[in-house]
Amino acid sequence: MSILVDGDTKVIVQGITGRDGSFHARSMLAYGTKVVGGVTPGKGGTSVDSMPVFDAVDEAVRSTGADASIIFVPARFATAAIREAADSPIRLIVCITEGVPLVEMAQSYRYVKDRGKLLVGPNCPGLISPGKCKIGIMPGQIHTPGGVGVISRSGTLTYEIVYNLTKAGLGQSTCIGIGGDPITGLGFVEVLEMFGKDQGTDSVVIIGEIGGEAEEEAADYVKRGYPKKVVAFIAGRTAPPEKKMGHAGAIISGSRGTPDSKIKAFGDAGVTVVDRPDQIPAALRG
Amino acid sequence: MKLMEYQSRQLLEEYGIPVPEAEVADTPEAASAAQAKLGGMVVVKAQVLSGGRGKAGGVRIARTPEDAAAVAGRILALEIGGHRVQRLLVTRAVKSVKEYYLSVLVDRNSKGIEAVFSDKGGITIEEAAAGHPGRIRHIALDPFRGPDEAAFLAGMGADDQGAVGGGAPGSGALDPKVARGIYEIAASLYRLCSEKDCSLVELNPLSLVEGGRLVALDAKIVVDDNGLPMHPELLPLRNPEEYGSDEIEAREAGLSYVGLDGNIGCMVNGAGLSMATMDLIKYYGAAPANFLDIGGSSNPEKVVKAFSILTGKPGVKAILINIFGGITRCDDVANGIIKARSMIEIGVPIVIRLIGTNDAKAKEILKEAGIEAYNDLGEAIKRVVSYVNGGAA
Repeated sequence: MSILVDGDTKVIVQGITGRDGSFHARSMLAYGTKVVGGVTPGKGGTSVDSMPVFDAVDEAVRSTGADASIIFVPARFATAAIREAADSPIRLIVCITEGVPLVEMAQSYRYVKDRGKLLVGPNCPGLISPGKCKIGIMPGQIHTPGGVGVISRSGTLTYEIVYNLTKAGLGQSTCIGIGGDPITGLGFVEVLEMFGKDQGTDSVVIIGEIGGEAEEEAADYVKRGYPKKVVAFIAGRTAPPEKKMGHAGAIISGSRGTPDSKIKAFGDAGVTVVDRPDQIPAALRG
Repeated sequence: MKLMEYQSRQLLEEYGIPVPEAEVADTPEAASAAQAKLGGMVVVKAQVLSGGRGKAGGVRIARTPEDAAAVAGRILALEIGGHRVQRLLVTRAVKSVKEYYLSVLVDRNSKGIEAVFSDKGGITIEEAAAGHPGRIRHIALDPFRGPDEAAFLAGMGADDQGAVGGGAPGSGALDPKVARGIYEIAASLYRLCSEKDCSLVELNPLSLVEGGRLVALDAKIVVDDNGLPMHPELLPLRNPEEYGSDEIEAREAGLSYVGLDGNIGCMVNGAGLSMATMDLIKYYGAAPANFLDIGGSSNPEKVVKAFSILTGKPGVKAILINIFGGITRCDDVANGIIKARSMIEIGVPIVIRLIGTNDAKAKEILKEAGIEAYNDLGEAIKRVVSYVNGGAA
């Protein structure tokens, strides 16, 4: 079992003829994901390897039966791409693009929600259910199927942690990078809820970082009674205040968004917070 | 991108939000001329990016041209928040009957756009929040249309009598006409925020002056960096002091960099892994010199640039490279390392950890050049820490 995606998920790639879009379309296909086509306005009728290219999302969905989309278009086109997908029958939208303006994201969040769709990202690595489906840019080979659910605001740090899990013999049900921006579609709490109900997930790893209050909200949610073991790691303990640490959302503003607040919130909720990524496997087993 | 008060005022005026008459001055002479032009009592204010100007002595009253020149001279000699004051705003003094706080911002918790209103303006909103939590109103706005009048007035807590603060005793009265005026300003702030891609537009205080007019006596605007490419007209407003010179150099090379005080220079791919690497250096007993994310691209040039920034940073005694290859290809990073070594006198020990896409090829490239790379992050960090802590591993 897994959340959000499984072996039957059919995916289209928005921006499939671009440099990143074509590279990752092929890589997802090679992993075994059912990549059924892609969209680039003006390139309809062409193809990328075996994957047909369409001019519009709606057309692509009608022709292929896709239910998920992954977006690789440049930042200035990302909002239109998200809304086009939300207006189509697509159920799950994954936006990899970094640099989407914040006001546009506040609007898109509402737009997607009003249409009952699910958005992952932007500025995220995507998600993977090992052995079944990869809708993202992560290196597939470090993952292995199993019972640990992983939720993260980061990309490569997630790879580091997944690598440690796999090395320790702990496979993953689904790993999802929710994105490093201040506003993202799915948040920690929604994903925790899904993992809580998923029979294939035995425990959950939360990879948080400084900035915002998403970790505190997640801790509150767990504190109200969560059926599975949760372990957390918080990045940015040495980050100075008022500086964006790479991710647009990773910033300590005044007294808010500090690592201490997040570590304390998780501690109060009974979540084990580890100091080092390589301590996560033992914490999950302990 | 943070704007200074005088820059924020330009945007407010563009959106029809009333501000007091003012002149910008960079010298005591110019401040003196500004007072003469404005006439009467003026306020001379330091233009800096950090808060706490008043407490630092950066806001003073002047009544004559001589007075203004003297006050300006004193303020221009100040250093506030680590930066020398270089510019002043001279504004006509305004007598407030009442001071409010009003802002429109993108709120990450609600994932929407909201207005924040308080009838306790003039002090920082954090102080107001601590002392009078009931007097701060968060009003959710329609992200596409901005404030709805009835909902906004209700959100402000303006009841039939115009009282604000949930009608609590002694909360003071808010004239319905004033409440409507505040709503109209909020609507303009929303337009400014959404059209110019701001993450925060804040008026504090928004003053009610004699005659019932509302005037923004101070303003703070933060433009969302992700929105900047859409607004080339705002780019000239960037203040160089917002970032260090090394941060600007890094940004121009497409790197994400923040300077710190430690002595281990870091080069990592990905923001989360960069932060975690810094944290581990601290955990193992040393201190990182910087945050540096080379990003997801596979470009050896970026690695060379990163080296030049790290080797140019005073106090760096060793360099740690940590790459978890995904989109980033380890062999490209390895080629960048070799290239950098041939171009730059590095002069400090380098510890490398490479894993992921094309790592075997990368290790071969490095091995030929006599450089060893670690697989395990903990081992690599302990090694680099040993270099700066006197060689004891």
